[in-house]
Amino acid sequence: MKYSQASKGWFIEIMIIERYNSLRIHIPEGVYFSLLLAGPFSRFLAWLLDRVIIFATLMLLYSISGLSQFYGSGLFNAGMILVSFISIIGYNILFEWLWRGQTLGKRLLGIRVMDVLGLQLQFNQIVIRNLLRAVDSLPTLYLVGGTAMVLSERCQRLGDLAANTVVIYVPESMEPEIEQILSGKYNSLALYPHLEARLRHRTSSDEASILVKALLRRDLFNPEARIDLFDMLARHFEDKVSFPEESTEFLSDEQYLRNVADTLFRKTGSNNHNKKNNSTTQTAQVS
Amino acid sequence: MILDLQRFLAQERPYWNELDEMLTRMRERAGTGIRLDEIQRLYYLYRRTASDLARVRSQVAETELQDYLETLVARAYGEIHEVRSTRRIRPIHFIRVVFPNTVRQYNRALLLSCIVFGTGALCGAFLTVLDDTNKSYIVPSGFAHVLQNPSDRVAEEEAARLDHLAGNRTLFSTELMTHNIRISIMAVSVGFFWGMGTFLLLFYNGTILGLVFADFIQAGESFFVFGWLLPHGIIEIPAILIAGQAGLLLGGAVLGYGNRNSLSLRLRHIAPVLIILITGVALMLIWAGIIEAFLSQYHEPFIPYSLKILFGIAEGIIFLIYLVFSGRKADKKPNEVQPGIEGMVY
Repeated sequence: MKYSQASKGWFIEIMIIERYNSLRIHIPEGVYFSLLLAGPFSRFLAWLLDRVIIFATLMLLYSISGLSQFYGSGLFNAGMILVSFISIIGYNILFEWLWRGQTLGKRLLGIRVMDVLGLQLQFNQIVIRNLLRAVDSLPTLYLVGGTAMVLSERCQRLGDLAANTVVIYVPESMEPEIEQILSGKYNSLALYPHLEARLRHRTSSDEASILVKALLRRDLFNPEARIDLFDMLARHFEDKVSFPEESTEFLSDEQYLRNVADTLFRKTGSNNHNKKNNSTTQTAQVS
Repeated sequence: MILDLQRFLAQERPYWNELDEMLTRMRERAGTGIRLDEIQRLYYLYRRTASDLARVRSQVAETELQDYLETLVARAYGEIHEVRSTRRIRPIHFIRVVFPNTVRQYNRALLLSCIVFGTGALCGAFLTVLDDTNKSYIVPSGFAHVLQNPSDRVAEEEAARLDHLAGNRTLFSTELMTHNIRISIMAVSVGFFWGMGTFLLLFYNGTILGLVFADFIQAGESFFVFGWLLPHGIIEIPAILIAGQAGLLLGGAVLGYGNRNSLSLRLRHIAPVLIILITGVALMLIWAGIIEAFLSQYHEPFIPYSLKILFGIAEGIIFLIYLVFSGRKADKKPNEVQPGIEGMVY
């Protein structure tokens, strides 16, 4: 079970990274890290959520504070104008400041505002990016900002460009299950790198994808069909490369195929970052 | 090179966990100071994790582990490589020193802003003098009252009872403030288009102002129009001009003529200036909004125009003195440049 989740994980990861840009930051310690940039759609959703939250909160305050009896008086209307003005302008600034780049909507969507260089967000950056909403939201529904986002290299609207910020997906800070890495995913085929290389070489991408689909759906098959299918697949892959007896002798067909899949899809040292960061990566270098 | 992944993990994991905990702790009590030994420990853990990341990346095909370490390093990097000071907010200091100094420091942009606005005003006045019907092409339909015959307007305003805004003055002043602040935010923002947006906005607002003044003066109501507009306009117009200054500075940073820094560095430099200017502008507009609602809308016979004009002139002189002289002594040290960022190579 654990294994299947992990393999799904790769798939999702590879798809997202290829579709969206990521921002790579090189740090003086000689390594780099990559951050996934948030796309226009998730940012739009976050904005929409924020608007709904502001509106709902104002309505709620209005109804429970018993202010409605003053409705229509000059002071009341003035207060309403002031409160809505301040909350629309101040909401983003306040939240992004207190929560380091996240509003409620952004938090719900798992995105965050960040400095382009990966530094801490400064207050004046927050103010600038939010003041420039005035022009980004022109002529309506953030058309200017949306266009800028599509055209810019790091998916920035004008406010982001002016403030040197980007919006990224908050990286999952979960520690991987180290035990799983150590035991569950042990791959006996990995002892023979040359055979693994040959297997990769001889397997077409169609074959590989058939294999992964079969593995991902394995719980959906009838037990008999499952055995048959995996038997067939195992024979097919065995024909390509025969691994030494001791690496396969105690493996079921299914376990053998999982190992094959791992061999095929595992990112190896050299091509690992190529896969992850393709040509779509933006590089910000700090030295 | 990692020969034995198991041993490597067993050995390094406690450090990662410690770094993780430390970062979480620092984040929770952001703003409070941290001790020297804590900083040293943090730095050590950060470097150790960074080097682990390098090793893991070069050797092992464990993407999850890589991602985890990347996240840790990214978080620690944000904490450690932050050299820009977070300044405290000091309102009095801001009004007395920071704002006037900043306005003076970028006086060329202010001058340009004045010229554009002034040219617009002259054009507006000229067009009105040339042909009275011109104004209907320029003024948006929302401001229909401007199209009215000036003398009728004066008669109407003067006939209004003392309290024709009764109970609504607060509302009126709030509307004015928020509207004007919105316009000045717009004036700054549209500067992003190489300053052209600000140019147009300044010119257009100048045109309308020139038009209104010329219209009233032509109708022989100059006394009224000065009494009407001067008390708040004397603050409001400079506020728009300073907003224009900020917009032009932003446009200048985007253009970057004569500046070898990269776009992002230029914008980084101008950002704090923009914040200072726009904050000052907002304060000025709040003042102008109050004056406009509570003083400007009263006309003769309740308040003599001469008094209102006098008030406006006095206000203008005080403001000018403030802008030119306030905080000059404190100006000795050059504008604080964010340290560290300067030395970075992009």
